Amino acid sequence: MQRSLRTFQIEEVLRPLGQMLVFSLASSIILSLFVILLAFLFQNTAIGADVTRRFGVSLMNYTLLNLPQVLMDGLTLGFVYAAIALGYTMVYGVLEFINFAHSEIFAIGAFVGVELLIAFQAYGLIGGQNSLLSAYWWLLIALLAGMLVAGTMAVLVERIAYRPLRGAPRLVPLISAIGVSFFLQDAIRLIESVTTGQFHRIMPTFGNFDNRIPLFTIGGNTVDIQIKSLIVMVAAIIMLVGLNYLVNATKVGKAIRAVAQDRPTASLMGIDVNRIISMTFLIGGTLGGAAGVLYALKFTRIDPFVGFFPGLKAFTAAVLGGIGNLTGALLGGIVLGMLETFAGTYMSIFTMGVAGAEYKDIFAFGILILVLIFRPQGLMGENVSQKA
Amino acid sequence: MSLLTLENVHSYYGRIHALKGISLEVNEGEIVTLIGANGAGKSTTLRTISGILHPKQGRILLNGQDISHIEPHKIVYAGVGHVPEGRGIFPKLTVRENLEMGAFTINDRAEVERRMEYAFSLFPRLKERINQKGGTLSGGEQQMLATARGLMLKPKILMLDEPSMGLAPVLVELIFEIIKQMNQQGTTILLVEQNALMALSIAHRGYVLQTGQIVLADTAANLKANPTVQHAYLGVE
Repeated sequence: MQRSLRTFQIEEVLRPLGQMLVFSLASSIILSLFVILLAFLFQNTAIGADVTRRFGVSLMNYTLLNLPQVLMDGLTLGFVYAAIALGYTMVYGVLEFINFAHSEIFAIGAFVGVELLIAFQAYGLIGGQNSLLSAYWWLLIALLAGMLVAGTMAVLVERIAYRPLRGAPRLVPLISAIGVSFFLQDAIRLIESVTTGQFHRIMPTFGNFDNRIPLFTIGGNTVDIQIKSLIVMVAAIIMLVGLNYLVNATKVGKAIRAVAQDRPTASLMGIDVNRIISMTFLIGGTLGGAAGVLYALKFTRIDPFVGFFPGLKAFTAAVLGGIGNLTGALLGGIVLGMLETFAGTYMSIFTMGVAGAEYKDIFAFGILILVLIFRPQGLMGENVSQKA
Repeated sequence: MSLLTLENVHSYYGRIHALKGISLEVNEGEIVTLIGANGAGKSTTLRTISGILHPKQGRILLNGQDISHIEPHKIVYAGVGHVPEGRGIFPKLTVRENLEMGAFTINDRAEVERRMEYAFSLFPRLKERINQKGGTLSGGEQQMLATARGLMLKPKILMLDEPSMGLAPVLVELIFEIIKQMNQQGTTILLVEQNALMALSIAHRGYVLQTGQIVLADTAANLKANPTVQHAYLGVE
């Protein structure tokens, strides 16, 4: 008898870790070489002179000094995008439909986490003289609560707005999803306005999450990483590995894949297709909610529309990687997060301040258009026609 | 009381009236075959029994219980296995995972492993391909996988839809031999076949379908000797 089904399959943990490492390293190296090349080319032009005048260092030095920080921030953002992108791609894999309400599921996670932490602060549980360790416990509780509520909401949305439209033409559930998205945005706004009188919420400052851990020093500059970036990265990696294990090595995961490939045949195996679809929404929503809480931790300020841009970018990441493909979502998220951070940091330098960091979104959506034109199945996707 | 009974079943694909009042019985321990031309409603009958389609009219009874409007996965738990037409394997799952899906209803992992070993003893070729994706198998191997996956459930009644389709003659004989073996071990079989001669040679009884209706019902031996059947389905002039 071969390996028993019950045994823990360590390769299903190592494989996604390896993939993440490869994707992170590859995108880091390629983008770094690209900016270094640009710096080298423009060193002795007006661009180089402009940098020297403004910052007192050569263009090459400026580029190199910023590089480690950019890579760190890019990875953090990339893992957040990957966690959201998995929600899109899982639902697409099973239902072949883009769940546009996923960005609001993300926002719900963020709001639940932040409101809970604000409440903890009001009761004096976090901040002040409380121990550092307890700060991590309360953050974990907020994270789990955000995941739970977001996952439940995702399941409810599917039950109410998508399941009755299962047999309808493909455009119909899509429009329903956009409707749900608007509805949830305004529902969050209403609830926040009525209960707190405002709908912008700020993540409370507590614990040591804003501190920076120095990593190493080059040329007199210290490269450091903010503790909250580290938390975001570690949490995202744990979730991504967990999801991969769930989908590839458990019975439920196999059932999800079976339903994605052939729904009628899956039901002939005794698989309750509706339950598996609910499960898919639960998993995607849980990941999205966690990403929301992590996003709020990192970027502090949230409003009811907080999900829109991360959602759109994660969708782009999913398309870039090949929608329906879990590994692709991972790759797309990391590449997009990296690219965006690189653009945000270096674009204003290389355009002499004409196009600043606020134009960084051009890259994300430019990529979406290019992928759709030249490789609609995405980087890791198979031929779309095979799926139909 | 028979194991499976269809009473005047009418099924539709949208507006197309595919089954126009099918009544048939399958008794415990039998091999019953449905024969008929393409589009006669053989596969539709199986799909209606397994709950993928629900009858608009009429009843389907399993052990006397009405299962006409039960969801497909619950019908599987009730003991009805269905190996669908066109193989219907999961192309991106490995051979092992496909077989595990066949035993989805069984929670005892040791039992699943035992049944998998049994399936491999019947189809050693599949064991060689255990970690290969279903979609990369040859047509014959895919058909073996689909049949083996049907065995994993150990259903009370197994419905096989065109198990010989696209297979080399040697494999057809093997598949029919396995069907006979399963029947001798107690599984009731409802068999849909294009290859009417093979089907009638292992079946106890048969029904002939034509445009959604049963036109003949008899023992397999009588059907085989029936001049109309011989002419239309057995290729005898």
